[in-house]
Amino acid sequence: MSETDDLRAILLDQVERLLTDRAGPDTLRANERGVWPEALWAEAEALGLPTALAPEEKGGAGLGWGDVVAIWHVLGRHGAPIPLGESMVAAALLAAGGIAPRPGPLGLAVAGAPVPWGRRAAAVVMVSGGAVLLQPGPATRQGLAPTSREPADRVAPGVPADEGRLPERFGPEADLLAGALLNAARIAGALEAVLDMTVDYANTRKQFGRPIGGFQAVQQLLARAAGEVAAVAVAASHAGRAADRYGLAGAAFEIASAKVVAGEAAGTVAAIAHQVHAAIGFTDEHALHLFTRRLWEWRDGCGAERVWARRLGQAALERGGAALWPDLTAR
Amino acid sequence: MAGLRFELRDIPPEAEALRAELRGFLAEAGRAWSPRVRAYSWMGFDRDFSREVGKRGWIGMTWPKAYGGGERTALERYVVLEEMLAVGAPVGAHWIGDRQSGPLILRLGTEEQRREFLPRIVSGELAFAIGLSEPDSGSDLASLRTRAEKVPGGWKINGRKVWTTNAHKCDFMIALLRTAPAPDPKQKHQGLSQFLVDCRSSGITIRPILDLLGEEGFNEITFDDVFVPDSLLVGKEGNGWEQATAELAFERAGPERYLSSLPLLTAALDDLRAEPAAPETVGRLLARAGTLRQMSLAVAGMLQDGKTPAREAALVKDAGNDYEQVLPETLRELMQPGRTPEEVLEMQRLMTMVARSYSLRGGTREILRGIIARQLGLR
Repeated sequence: MSETDDLRAILLDQVERLLTDRAGPDTLRANERGVWPEALWAEAEALGLPTALAPEEKGGAGLGWGDVVAIWHVLGRHGAPIPLGESMVAAALLAAGGIAPRPGPLGLAVAGAPVPWGRRAAAVVMVSGGAVLLQPGPATRQGLAPTSREPADRVAPGVPADEGRLPERFGPEADLLAGALLNAARIAGALEAVLDMTVDYANTRKQFGRPIGGFQAVQQLLARAAGEVAAVAVAASHAGRAADRYGLAGAAFEIASAKVVAGEAAGTVAAIAHQVHAAIGFTDEHALHLFTRRLWEWRDGCGAERVWARRLGQAALERGGAALWPDLTAR
Repeated sequence: MAGLRFELRDIPPEAEALRAELRGFLAEAGRAWSPRVRAYSWMGFDRDFSREVGKRGWIGMTWPKAYGGGERTALERYVVLEEMLAVGAPVGAHWIGDRQSGPLILRLGTEEQRREFLPRIVSGELAFAIGLSEPDSGSDLASLRTRAEKVPGGWKINGRKVWTTNAHKCDFMIALLRTAPAPDPKQKHQGLSQFLVDCRSSGITIRPILDLLGEEGFNEITFDDVFVPDSLLVGKEGNGWEQATAELAFERAGPERYLSSLPLLTAALDDLRAEPAAPETVGRLLARAGTLRQMSLAVAGMLQDGKTPAREAALVKDAGNDYEQVLPETLRELMQPGRTPEEVLEMQRLMTMVARSYSLRGGTREILRGIIARQLGLR
């Protein structure tokens, strides 16, 4: 194992423990009431997580995209109760643009979309025309993400306090690509949580004198869900690895693929999970919706399936049939 | 934790280096292939082509040189397989021997069996069939009744096998047979053994069965007092179920479980430029293809590490079969007689029909999902 692999394993372990100790359904519910999980954020910061994706010489941990995809996966498995992924991307973009990251949560405004927990952000980062822009202060126009019901706030128009040119590897859509990758990775994690909950439920809930998981009809559904869950995890890590190798801009194919597969799977698996849970899963009391509503939210974040699919398809059609297989195997 | 994890694998440079040679060879050989040939691909049978492939060292690539193999890595072999499938090459005459019969003989066969069979599989000379299904034993394979009785010097086989792809053109089959009665109905996995059976033995009648495309794709084989010498028992007597299950892991692990319909996407793409709805559909198909390829590569990597990724293979086969069945259906919606070239339309029609078999052969979708469900911890 290399030094980075060691670091990645240690960080993953720490993130897992932090979220297991500090975040559960109660945190997710509190989030939706606008209660900021201060202790959780403080510990994440103490671990150096928000700046982990920035290079070491700029105060980060020098993690790669593949590493943070693994972290976001864990974050998603716990419902991503803090805007850590967004903060990591924002800090990395600032560092890439030669701007010193600020302490405190950083907001990420992707293509003008609302900023998760923007009201708590020390500054909001955006990308425009190949430059990264920093607007100090929180996003003051408070709102809620429609389906996850988490805080999502808009930035009031203002003059950026700082601006830096992004290297070519990041490209003019670095915010969108990184945001799509983040969404795909946390969808992968949340899908795992939903599958676990559903398998547990199927093994516990009895009807006709036996656990419903013993019925073939239920087994078929869950097996199908497991295929989707595994596919998203593979697509997301593949995209992270590609971003490390070819830069964000160069990994557009893999990131788009991951977002398409993740979005499709989010719909399919959420539907199966609710079908197996039946009425109890439709209640506010049960935790299933805390994850399925986030899945439905995240699949729309940074471009739904059709948006990315069109881009993939358009590029392939332009390249033509003869290039299809060589392109697919070139990476 | 539920679910299965797949570790990403990289194709090493020495394996990537094979692509150029393969693409050159396949472009040349492919001139003669009709849409029908490409639609059948790994289910199609062309001995001349298989001999050419054998000549280039692309069969039994990972086997020891002592038996004619190339001692190459599983990922080098993977590159060869996926290049063949991506163009719909008619690889059926060597596919089964390379994929499962050869590896089984290598793993469990006697030294004599290895020397007798492996070099001839490698050269593309010997074609193998799979002798598993019977008229009354499909998904419930262990209920099979074709039996081998001990006689002096060997075994006497009576019964019937069915759905054996290309058996009428094959030289040998590896048959799973009952050599002892099951101790009780709940232990029917016991008392089964595997044999190498010469398809031209006296007492064997092979009757081709026309498939829905009008091809003689599969067969019914009747065994009437067929004698098999002791030397052709494979592995351990009574251990057939475990052996066949491991063989099925090989059968399910390959890229043919998601790539069979891809030649249609390649062939159709240029015409679809004229279709406004094409980008989104093509994009979704591509996203899935790239992901399935990474999953399939992960399974190949596990094989390379000497593991038996039975559960992972079942999962990739299930997801891959869905994909190769959906592909011709989805593209159909974008094609237009008059605009779309006739040979593309023809391939689409043929693949729509062939694709129905993908979620049946090598284990039905429902059986695979049952395996996956048990892995998830459902009982």
